[in-house]
Amino acid sequence: MTTLADRLTQSVDWAVIAPPVITAVTAVVVLVADLFLPAARKRLLGPIALAGLALAALALVPLRHGDRVTFCLADGPGACSYAADRFAVLVQLLVLGGALLTALLSLQETDPRSGDSALPGGEYWFLLLSSVTGAALLPASRDLATLIIALEVTTLPAYALVALRKGGDGPEAALKFFLTSVAATAVTLLGVSFVYAASGSLHLGEIASGLSAADPRLATLAEAGVALTLVGFAFKTAAVPFHFWVPETYLGAPLPVAAYLSVVGKTAGLAGLVVLTARGFPDHGHLWGPVLAALAGLTMTVGNAAALRATEDAPGGAVRLLAWSSVGQAGYLLVPIAAGAYVGADEAMGTLLAYALMYAAANLGAFAVVAYAGRRSPGQRLADYRGLWARQPLAALALGFFLLCLAGLPPGVIGLFAKVAVLRTAVDAGLGVLAVVMAVNVAVALYYYLRWTALLFRPAPPAAAAEAPADGPGDAARPGRSLAGAIGLAAAAALAFSGAPQLILGFTTDAFL
Amino acid sequence: MIPLNDTVTQWLLIAAVVLPLLGAAAALLPAPPGLRGPGGPERDVLRHGVTVSGAVLLLTLALAAAFDRDRPGVQAETDVSWIPSLGARIHLGVDGISLPLLVLSALLTFLCALYAYVRPPAGGDPRAFVAFVLLLEGGTLATFAVLDLLLFFLAFETVLVPMYFLIARWGGEGRGPAAWRFVLYTVLGSVVMLLGLLLIGLRAGTFDMIALAEAHGEGLTHTTQLLAVLAIGIGLAVKTPMWPLHSWLPDAHTAAPTVGSVLLAGVLLKMGTYGLVRIALPIAPDGMRTFAPYLGAFAVAGIVYASLACLALVRQGAGGDLKRLIAYSSVGHMGFVLLGIATLTPTGVNGALFANVAHGLITGLLFFLVGALKERTGTTDLDRLAGAGGAALYGRTPRFGGLLAFAAVASLGLPGLAGFWGELLAMLGAFDPAAGLSRPAYLTYAAVAGGGTLLTAAYMLLVVRRVCMGDPVPGDPTAHLPGALPDLRRHEFAAYGPLAALTLLAGLWPALLLDLTDPAVRHLLPGVAG
Repeated sequence: MTTLADRLTQSVDWAVIAPPVITAVTAVVVLVADLFLPAARKRLLGPIALAGLALAALALVPLRHGDRVTFCLADGPGACSYAADRFAVLVQLLVLGGALLTALLSLQETDPRSGDSALPGGEYWFLLLSSVTGAALLPASRDLATLIIALEVTTLPAYALVALRKGGDGPEAALKFFLTSVAATAVTLLGVSFVYAASGSLHLGEIASGLSAADPRLATLAEAGVALTLVGFAFKTAAVPFHFWVPETYLGAPLPVAAYLSVVGKTAGLAGLVVLTARGFPDHGHLWGPVLAALAGLTMTVGNAAALRATEDAPGGAVRLLAWSSVGQAGYLLVPIAAGAYVGADEAMGTLLAYALMYAAANLGAFAVVAYAGRRSPGQRLADYRGLWARQPLAALALGFFLLCLAGLPPGVIGLFAKVAVLRTAVDAGLGVLAVVMAVNVAVALYYYLRWTALLFRPAPPAAAAEAPADGPGDAARPGRSLAGAIGLAAAAALAFSGAPQLILGFTTDAFL
Repeated sequence: MIPLNDTVTQWLLIAAVVLPLLGAAAALLPAPPGLRGPGGPERDVLRHGVTVSGAVLLLTLALAAAFDRDRPGVQAETDVSWIPSLGARIHLGVDGISLPLLVLSALLTFLCALYAYVRPPAGGDPRAFVAFVLLLEGGTLATFAVLDLLLFFLAFETVLVPMYFLIARWGGEGRGPAAWRFVLYTVLGSVVMLLGLLLIGLRAGTFDMIALAEAHGEGLTHTTQLLAVLAIGIGLAVKTPMWPLHSWLPDAHTAAPTVGSVLLAGVLLKMGTYGLVRIALPIAPDGMRTFAPYLGAFAVAGIVYASLACLALVRQGAGGDLKRLIAYSSVGHMGFVLLGIATLTPTGVNGALFANVAHGLITGLLFFLVGALKERTGTTDLDRLAGAGGAALYGRTPRFGGLLAFAAVASLGLPGLAGFWGELLAMLGAFDPAAGLSRPAYLTYAAVAGGGTLLTAAYMLLVVRRVCMGDPVPGDPTAHLPGALPDLRRHEFAAYGPLAALTLLAGLWPALLLDLTDPAVRHLLPGVAG
């Protein structure tokens, strides 16, 4: 009697899947609460979402040993669909932490008291939390179906988030984002079907063994499947040549959404990529290793070259610069994954994780300062940052620190060492050319990071100084406590990492498989 | 020598490296009530700079006093694990090679802080100025004190941001592009250097300079050594700078404020040559032996090129800038340092280290003096200063003119002054290079370098003639200069006096420095019999 039930159902360990489940439940709670709360109370939605994210992060504590799995097939012990191993837990921590910071950035934008420009609270929080659910699910997925669904759950709400602001470029950007993304997903699904045909399984562990044992006549099919599957993930990480949606999307999207996409969306895509390559296709390293290495080199070069062209006076220049810089950074993040084909998956995963943590803290911090400064100068021109040091020394110091972390120059010690760790994997893997390309890119990227940093410390132009009082003290002096909190959290993380780099660089020597 | 136990010297060194960094952070904070003096917060922070850099100077002097000259190898050593996963350790220590450079850096920074206290920087915002100068000091001291490759890279990079800001924010005409060129050249060089360091560290399994130096390249294949020396050499050659990678230097020097020029010439350039002696020479001797003849060739090409450039600048009507001229002369002097290193002999390397320190003293002094000249006359353009007849500083400001002439002849390597010994030893080394190097080639280098000293003497004496001597012709462009310029002031004596005195001391008593460097050099160079 029970055997039939055992075979048809899978055991579910709720504690293991708690982080994504809590976020999903919070998403629904917020959406429903939005219907029943009176307008005056709607600003409570934000704190509810924040509490949900914090709770989900707390649910990671019992999983910290990274040895729990669930949704396992009854007959195959190695075939589980969800594994909360150390890598997954750490990526979930990054995702939830990044989402928390994003939520802090969004509190003000969704506050109904900020007038017509406010984003609709219920929808906004629901979409954000849904996307976070997908991103938290992604690194723990162990079969292709779950992986694809997680990837779609991460991105589908993002289209709507991008289009959420009334007027402006939002809808058009969202449409471009959507169309390119759907095309990428279709290609991925095609690849998945090929892989399934060649290996006979959707579970990553079984694919790995199935592909190597597959009929040699299916080899071409398998290789095509592997390549096509990776395309979708390359898109999510904004790897060149799948990067065209990035700058317009970031510019059109509300600022917190851009911050979210650049950090959480990207990390999730990369985590998916590394899970896929390291667990699903370990024997095809000769195929995806060079491809990813080429993608990494292209991505960082194109991203940095485009960021170089940012002009001081262009409207939205600050956000555009961050958008292109995030493309460049995605290139650095791809390096350890490509190196994973030659040096073993542990080192690749650890280095990726270390760099991603540094990047998350520094990039979210930079976005937070941009949001903070944007309240005074909504045009977001780079020139608006001239003289920030004289007006708001702490914000200027924080932004300078974040930018130097991204550039990898002291005093941004952790940025430097994270880059050293990435270069080290590349040298270790024998990817000498990629290492040189990355080294040159790091030097080139310095130009725009340092230029922005230098602007902060320039004396303000007399015109801006004269118009400052005309802004009206009400707007500039409005307490940005949540923004300041976000900046403080990001700065604390980046400073802690800089003082004790071992905190995150320790992952580079850990075992994850 | 003052006998201090190892724990004390160890803490002296740690304090000397950490104190400027803390001081830099503290400079950004408002002064506590007890430290507020007359003259407002701007004076307070400038005084803070003097206090901190003075304390650091005292620490390094104490370290030098406690240094045991009879013991080769590293003293005041600290070695704790920092980032085990990368293999980076906080490994600090001094030996005869780094000690003179530590003291020199601390001294020059202190003098600069003193100078800035009396003459606040023209760009305003002294808070940030002091913070950057102290951060720069921390970075340079760390570069000379660390014994771990990754930490060396970190310290090497630390100086970039403050130097960039010193030039871009407080510099003169053309500062923006000059600062960019400085930063982009050096960063491009240093990331390439990082690849070389990583290659060594990964192949040898450790980033510890002492362990690597004692292995003398064992465990590193010839190819690895070649690649590593090439990568590291390019990075350090940009910083040194070696001809033809020097083109960032003249612009940076011309645009930098006086303090920036002094620190750039006196301290930053030393990091490049120090790195060659500390890393490339002992750690990858095979690779170094392959590249040494090329290094020597580039070095003498730099000597001749720089002298010719200076001769072109000093000509009447060429519109030459005095700061630019001194910057080019730096390229020439660093050519001698590189030539000394390229000989791979103790004589040559000792000469290189000596020339390194001498260049820091003399060129630091020259930049101070030119800065003071600009302050008095408003220009460093030789034609505007000297015109057809000469600026006649001897007559107008006897002491100032005398000191300038002193620095100029020291720079051309007059026997009895510091500039002489380094160049002599470098050429002596080239006369008898290490075994395995082509002697005819090195003899040629020595001969060309000797010709270079003549050219150096020529342009330096021309500078003296045009700036210090002369008889102003009426109707000359120099007519705008007042008849009597203020002579050396008290604070200027305080800032320049120590440099002039040390130049004389090192010239008359070279053993003071050579006794310090020689045991350390012999310890580092492989296969050299006592």
